[in-house]
Amino acid sequence: MGKILTGVVMVLAMGSGYTLAQQAGAVTPTYSSSPGASYSGGFRSGAPLGRAPRAVAKQSAQGAIHTVTEGQSIQRAVERAQPGDTVRVMPGTYRETVFIDKDNIRLSGVIEQGRWPILEGDGRLHDAILYSGNSVVVENFTITHYKGNGIMGQAGNNFEIRNNIIIDTGVYGIFPQLAKNGLIEHNILSGIEDAAIYVGMSDNIHVAHNEVFDNVAGIEIENSRHAIVENNFVHDNTGGILAFISPGLPVKTTYDVIIRHNFIVDNNTANFGAPGSTVSGIPAGTGILLNAADQVVIEDNIISNNKAAGILISDHANAAYMTLDPEVDPNSDQVMILNNMMTNNGYDTTAEIRAVMAAYSKQGNPDIIRVGPSKGSCIINRHRYISAGVDDFATCKFSNTANITSYLLKEPAPARVISPSEQGKYAYLGICSGCHSYNGRLIGPPIAVIQAMYNNNPQGLADYIAKPVKKRNDYPDMPPQDYLQPEVRLAVANYLLSLTH
Amino acid sequence: MTLLAPRRVIKPVIWVGQLLAMLRSLLPPMLLSGLLSAPVSAAEFQLNDQCPPGFDKNAQGLCILYTLYDQYDSIEDAGVGGLTSSLPRRRDGFRPEQIDLGRYLFFDPLLSASGRLSCASCHHPALGFSDGLGRSVGAGGAQLSRSAPTLWNTAFLNSFFWDAREKTLELQLQGPLYNSREMANTPQQLLTSINASANYQSLFAEAFPPGDSFASAGTATLPQIYRAISAFESSLISLNSRYDRYAHGYHQALNTREIKGLNIFRSFVARCAECHQPPLFTNQQVAVIGTPEPPGMPLDVGAQTTYGSERLKGAFKVPTLRNIGQTAPYMHSGRFATLRDAVEFYTKGRGHAVPAGVVLELHWHINEPNLSELELDLLVDFLKTLRDEQFTPAIPSAVPSGLAPVGTLPASMSRAGLEQHNN
Repeated sequence: MGKILTGVVMVLAMGSGYTLAQQAGAVTPTYSSSPGASYSGGFRSGAPLGRAPRAVAKQSAQGAIHTVTEGQSIQRAVERAQPGDTVRVMPGTYRETVFIDKDNIRLSGVIEQGRWPILEGDGRLHDAILYSGNSVVVENFTITHYKGNGIMGQAGNNFEIRNNIIIDTGVYGIFPQLAKNGLIEHNILSGIEDAAIYVGMSDNIHVAHNEVFDNVAGIEIENSRHAIVENNFVHDNTGGILAFISPGLPVKTTYDVIIRHNFIVDNNTANFGAPGSTVSGIPAGTGILLNAADQVVIEDNIISNNKAAGILISDHANAAYMTLDPEVDPNSDQVMILNNMMTNNGYDTTAEIRAVMAAYSKQGNPDIIRVGPSKGSCIINRHRYISAGVDDFATCKFSNTANITSYLLKEPAPARVISPSEQGKYAYLGICSGCHSYNGRLIGPPIAVIQAMYNNNPQGLADYIAKPVKKRNDYPDMPPQDYLQPEVRLAVANYLLSLTH
Repeated sequence: MTLLAPRRVIKPVIWVGQLLAMLRSLLPPMLLSGLLSAPVSAAEFQLNDQCPPGFDKNAQGLCILYTLYDQYDSIEDAGVGGLTSSLPRRRDGFRPEQIDLGRYLFFDPLLSASGRLSCASCHHPALGFSDGLGRSVGAGGAQLSRSAPTLWNTAFLNSFFWDAREKTLELQLQGPLYNSREMANTPQQLLTSINASANYQSLFAEAFPPGDSFASAGTATLPQIYRAISAFESSLISLNSRYDRYAHGYHQALNTREIKGLNIFRSFVARCAECHQPPLFTNQQVAVIGTPEPPGMPLDVGAQTTYGSERLKGAFKVPTLRNIGQTAPYMHSGRFATLRDAVEFYTKGRGHAVPAGVVLELHWHINEPNLSELELDLLVDFLKTLRDEQFTPAIPSAVPSGLAPVGTLPASMSRAGLEQHNN
């Protein structure tokens, strides 16, 4: 069997991948349009139903505002900003990579009468905005012509990315990676050669009210858990909305994803993904694509005019450009297809998908195609759709996800700080113990000797650590430890003076 | 900062330590190894009962590692991501005496059949716990097929060897010990020679006292040997480089060029950080990247053998980049002499070095970043900030067998090799 996820038409031969016996026995259609039971979801947020999703805590105090005008550097303002501050960027064009390696910074553009702050990469700069801090907000920017990503987060929890226009820029438009608790809303993204919005190896994510078009992939949830993708307008991409496990990554699962209330239409753009990329095998005309993702709910979307198929459920074995990962379960299990408005899909589909239809003796243009194993999956009102591979799905015991507003955390993920009482010990062992031991002579003098000198004077010792002066000719110079925060230096001093062995 | 920090004070030879401390400030570190290999025959051996730097001795007398990264967490506890993520699960909880016994074993050529090679012959502290060679040299000068990986931060790894074929340090170290082309020993011979040493008999008894789960009656056992060496290897911690200081919030730790290099490293153009994920600078996956072998060497299929799948032909473990500036040459068979050559590989085109007729399933992050010459230079600048050898243990001035510590030095530590390495 040819790989289902490839633009290349392959010579087809029937493999053993399909169990034709599965379609034996007529399936009684379930007619259900009345409200039924609700899906309970895979995560209890605890946030009140109906509350607008939010990932960053409200500030208890107003931070400083650092205003940047055209001709100035946004990065310089970020460097000046303290946690809690806002960097306000006025309309104009800025050519730089902005990186935020601190917590709780709001990077906020100002739009005046249609004039935006524009980040211009000139096809030369790598990423427009990189952040690693927690509780970072990025809003109201136009980003264009970067080689890499528009907005990239690396393990920054509690992010909010909203109201940005990201066009004709690099690999991913918005790419939070390895993050917990984040919101991506009201962005417009176009002309991205991979996924416009790509959530990678993350937990508790909400993607809503975005417009993504003319990209290879519209929205991709990859190696992530507890994600909701809702109310997005996803059109004219190669593939609309994807839930994937990509191989070779250190986080090995995707599950508990809800894709609901989206417009997923006309995703027929020819695939212009980079050769070898995981999206380069997506057939043009794919509405929703699941690959190895588990527990995905597809509910109340309008899925129309996607020429290959409305919903494509696949596994790694059927996907070109998926390298082997022995630690990944390669199948899409527990897929839940609830009511969706599907029409005019699969009208110009691929040879591989036609072969699947033929293998199941199905006629017509496919709304839903399933290849590869899919254990524990279910569907309601299956009689509405032209499909292959879902006849043996059970009927779902619920019809909606109305009980789930979002999977964002009720309270933001806690700041990553060490308690002050422990700080001294960690810093002492991580740094000082390389040169000092309690009694023995290492590089520097023994702790017992230092204790005798600084007894009852931790501040004096903390000051010395920051700016040592030579005290002993028979010892090498001590390098300054000024990179430690003053409070950490004091904690180290206190810890060191308290050691007894 | 001195390179070879003496980790422990061995009382009978304390004057050697003092002498060395002075010499260290005067001499390049590599010269010391020659000095250290002078045998001290009458040494009385005693194991350090204090934990190595970075470790705290708990109430049970076990060494527990503390790192500044412990204050962070990470998604799915994967131990990867960004500047402030936790480390992967680590091996610790060894007795300090076991760690110190492991240090003696590590530097003792008694472990090889010939009595000439120690673990340090290929994992020398002065060479980033590697050997400065593209492909290591084994028994009788045999040229091996792969390079010696660094041992820094092995405590955090969950697979070993370039092809990821072993899952614990204890299993890994038996590879070189018993491989006929490497240390060429046998389990029986190893036990016999260890137990023939009165020094080792008393040290093993001290390291594995009654009540220890590895305790034995009278003679040393293979599991004790493996455990002691693993304990020592797990103590090699390097997490206080200038990069780390930046990561923990002290942004002045890196200069402008280095920060630009960091931003290229983690950008989605170069994508280095997608596999070399901080804080360990490896995501511990295997990846097919298609680097060339040295001239004349056939293609190494790597993890294809481990996983029994042709789809992983040419896959190798993503190595850590910590202390990467100290471990040239680079890649699994050392094809690239310098860091500059190694980073340049990634911008010369997806699959450009794959031999004709060979089909490799290249990793999806291998792409065409089109980095400029300046950007490559900046990347190298950044990589060099990942250096921290503050916790380098001392090479024992004598080992219990009475043989010269380390035994045969890596060939790269000859005078010529030394000069090249320092450049």
